[in-house]
Amino acid sequence: MDLAPYLLLAGLEGLVQASVLMLTALGLSLVFGVMRVVNVAHGEFFMAGALIAWACGAYIPGPPALGFIAGLLVAPLAVGALAWAADRTILQKIGYNPEGTIVSTIGMLYILQQGALLTFGPDARAVDAPFYYTIRTPWFGYSSYKLFTVAVAFALVAALWLLMRKSKVGLLMRATQFDRETALNFGIPVGKVYSAVFAIGAMMAAVAGVLVVPNQQAHYLMGTDPLLLSFVVVIVGGLGSIPGTIAAAVLIGLSDGLLSVFFSPTLAKIVSTLLVALVLIFKPEGLFTVKGRRA
Amino acid sequence: MKKLHMNNSGLTRRRLLRSAASAGVVLAAPGLIRGAQAQAGDAIRLGAPFHRTGIGASYGRWYERTANAALKIINEGGGINGLPVEMIVEDDGTDPKRGVEVMEKFAAEHKVDAVFGHLFSHVVAATAPRAGELKMPYFLCSEAHTLASGAFNRYCFQPSITDVKSQVSSMAPWISSNLGKKVTLIYPDFNFGYDHRDNMTAAIKAQGGEIVADIAIPPTETSFTRYMPRIPFNTDVIYHVMVGPAVLTFVKELGEHLGRNRPEIFGFIDSLEAVDMEIPQLEFLEGTYFWEAMPRYAQETQSEADQAFRAAVGVDDRGASLDDPKDISTYAHMFSVWETLFAIKQAMEMADYRGPEQKIAMMEAMESISGFEEGAAFPQGDKIFNGKTHQSFGHQNISQVTEGKLKVVHRTSIEDTLYPDETDYTQMSF
Amino acid sequence: MSLDTTQAPPETGRGSPARLIHNGRLFALVLATIAGLFALQFVLSDYLVLAVTRILIMAVFAMGYNMLMGYTGLLSLGHAMFFGAGLYAAGLSSYYWGTSLPVSFLIGILASLAFSFVIGLLALRTQGVSFMIVTLMFAQAAYLATLYFSRVTGGDQGLTLPTDARSFSLFGAAMDMTSDTVRFNLALAIFAAVLVAMYFVTQGPLGRLFAAVRENEPRTQMLGFDTYRVRLAAFTISGTISGLAGALYGLVFGYIGSAFAGFHYSIEALLFTLVGGPGTLLGPLLGTAVMTMLIDRLSGITTAYLMIVGVILILVNRWFPKGILGTIRERALPWLK
Repeated sequence: MDLAPYLLLAGLEGLVQASVLMLTALGLSLVFGVMRVVNVAHGEFFMAGALIAWACGAYIPGPPALGFIAGLLVAPLAVGALAWAADRTILQKIGYNPEGTIVSTIGMLYILQQGALLTFGPDARAVDAPFYYTIRTPWFGYSSYKLFTVAVAFALVAALWLLMRKSKVGLLMRATQFDRETALNFGIPVGKVYSAVFAIGAMMAAVAGVLVVPNQQAHYLMGTDPLLLSFVVVIVGGLGSIPGTIAAAVLIGLSDGLLSVFFSPTLAKIVSTLLVALVLIFKPEGLFTVKGRRA
Repeated sequence: MKKLHMNNSGLTRRRLLRSAASAGVVLAAPGLIRGAQAQAGDAIRLGAPFHRTGIGASYGRWYERTANAALKIINEGGGINGLPVEMIVEDDGTDPKRGVEVMEKFAAEHKVDAVFGHLFSHVVAATAPRAGELKMPYFLCSEAHTLASGAFNRYCFQPSITDVKSQVSSMAPWISSNLGKKVTLIYPDFNFGYDHRDNMTAAIKAQGGEIVADIAIPPTETSFTRYMPRIPFNTDVIYHVMVGPAVLTFVKELGEHLGRNRPEIFGFIDSLEAVDMEIPQLEFLEGTYFWEAMPRYAQETQSEADQAFRAAVGVDDRGASLDDPKDISTYAHMFSVWETLFAIKQAMEMADYRGPEQKIAMMEAMESISGFEEGAAFPQGDKIFNGKTHQSFGHQNISQVTEGKLKVVHRTSIEDTLYPDETDYTQMSF
Repeated sequence: MSLDTTQAPPETGRGSPARLIHNGRLFALVLATIAGLFALQFVLSDYLVLAVTRILIMAVFAMGYNMLMGYTGLLSLGHAMFFGAGLYAAGLSSYYWGTSLPVSFLIGILASLAFSFVIGLLALRTQGVSFMIVTLMFAQAAYLATLYFSRVTGGDQGLTLPTDARSFSLFGAAMDMTSDTVRFNLALAIFAAVLVAMYFVTQGPLGRLFAAVRENEPRTQMLGFDTYRVRLAAFTISGTISGLAGALYGLVFGYIGSAFAGFHYSIEALLFTLVGGPGTLLGPLLGTAVMTMLIDRLSGITTAYLMIVGVILILVNRWFPKGILGTIRERALPWLK
């Protein structure tokens, strides 16, 4: 293939990856920003969203679009409820101790993964896209649904932005993030805010899972890659910084797309994981924030 | 551990400790007791390390189901030498370390007479040397060429499924004369894939063709479009063989990328095992070709044995489960478990096998077998068994996707699959 | 999570250099444990002897992990990279250069020493959650590298060591790795050596320094210690012992593969240490034994044994953050550390 179409394809792939990544990583970043904890089970919420979307598609009769829309509603609600319960019964009980939370969420990772294996089985589950149209260029074909996911992802991120900036809920979250003690003194129900934030973070991963599933099928092991990539994005963007996370998602998505087209995708992954480690060591506030707080 | 959940309300640390400790004793005990209890002569015990979890889980589920169906028939027919046959299943997690541990467990704790049913080649590679050390007959259902190349030992056999080298060398002439001579290979980045790459490259060259690109994909990859631009425009045939849970994504993205002006496509059915062909994402496969060891769709020429096999395992004419038409089997591979059990039965009967002290006699009997005849015990077809390389050779099928179904267009002879011996295990000591 | 704030501040003044045994009861327990383990091979069934061989090697890995997590208070999520470094250095040198088993073993130890020193230099510039993620990322990169260089490492498929690389002669006696008895006693000998060495490190002055860094780093700094170097020492010892375990595993079982460098093995070291008791000398052995046998029994009964591992992680973390021995120490036996 010539260089120009090669680049075009790499760019498109990168954009699609960036947008899904942005949603997943924002969930992780939100949880870290407000609660100061790292959720290792985040990728499994993504996987759960994808499998629920499959179940909606498979058991709701009618055109595929109906199942897809149902999935878009049911998956985040179910996953959000699950995350809320996990926060109440597990994380709250250990007082959000940072190390303890990592260990507990690793436990949740295993439980969710094996739970999915027991419930849905090991096979990859295909979901019909709500619409089929392949955009044909002279060199290759490209799924129009993939471009649709980009649009939806950006719309959702804009909605989150509004929620955080303009609504009362957002104000409570930001206040808790800014100073937990003062927030408590002002009568903000910090416990409830934490549960809500944990649930919203999981919901974002679930929505990303729903969006991705017509492109790549749902199966119980699919959560690992999004988790690692989200880590990369959140750290490069600066822990807890939303604009930084968005910028990093676009950068990582595009560069991963480009790198993996030109080099081996394994090499691309090695480079990006090393990048995270080095950023944390030498520039812990992230590449995009001027001033930030360290973990 | 159930106790832990139920006692949550009045739980003290000490009580939890106590119950954990007693749970530990109970859990360790069967190893001591069962080891002492297992005695020869009351039954034939077979260890079955299946891939119940991990990337091989789709296959493992159907291997287990097939093995149960075959055992039911064997036991209803009086077992082996009048002894009932028991199967002990352990999950190996499709993990090499766990595969070896499970082999040790079969040998030292369950004291089984033989172990069978491993599929994924990295698990086999780790387990086979250990089987030799533990002096445990080890029957593969794996296709890997490693056994026939001489890398294992005298305890390892593959009596049913043909190895990759002969599958590939019997396909190559047909591919190059019917589909084209410029081939792009797409394969998983581990040994099973390298077997395909090396043998296909040699076989296509022998036919006067060339490999224009070879693309290795890590088995845990979930997104494939980024690999597609490496397919050169002058490709006549794309040859693909993928495994793992994301195979469907791979085939779908391949179709999306290529569109209507696609080159010919020849795949190993591994790329679509356990996947429904009749879904909209796979419409582009119409007219493409697949290798199948055993045809998933019942053909017009279906044999009685194939019919009986489907009925026993509980699979319909489309290769789907009778209980759930969306649950597709790994039809092109799972027959190997069935046939392996009947091959073990045959060898044990030849050696009048009654217990582990006759293992060597049983394996010598297996080495003396020269082939199997098509029938209820061997529904896939006739086979030549090479006692020196411990490998079976059978007919292979090339099927074309026609109206969403796989239709056999060519069935190779057994002779097409043969190649010169690369080893002689009978020269090794037990 | 395991920071033991109830413990008395380190007693740097007591005990003259001549008196090497600081905690006599613990030392007696260590010796009794080794003797008990040796006796096991005469009592246990064949399978359990095989299982205990494996447990001993994995317990060495967990002891290495415990050095850092339990005694120094640094929680790493990437120790599989050190286990893998030892495994690959030993296995590859044996596979490609045909080095004898003891030489390969030594190469494995030296390689993991160098590797953990370099990683420690970098990773120790961070702390807390950042440290966990940095170690996780380095380990992930190392794991991917074993896949990327699959032509050398064998990648996912791994490499099986040839039969002639499975035995060596020790003072004229042939040691055959395919013999279960030889393997058990070799694993036990190395386990015992590491355990005794760990005893002297953790109960001696260096161990007190590690604990001081864990309990109160600023104060240790004020006392004139370079805490970065103290942590680096702990990190390097920890990584080297983990690598030693990896080298032993690869050579004893004759197979190396990328699965051993994967995330799951980092978690196993954490899990074993956490269950047994972080910051206790015998905790890793106990944790490894309990969890290994639990998984081994459960895998025959249910496919969801990893789910049970998950439940145990959560329960232990919730109710026993100090693990089995840590809880006993807190309630009854304060010398058990």
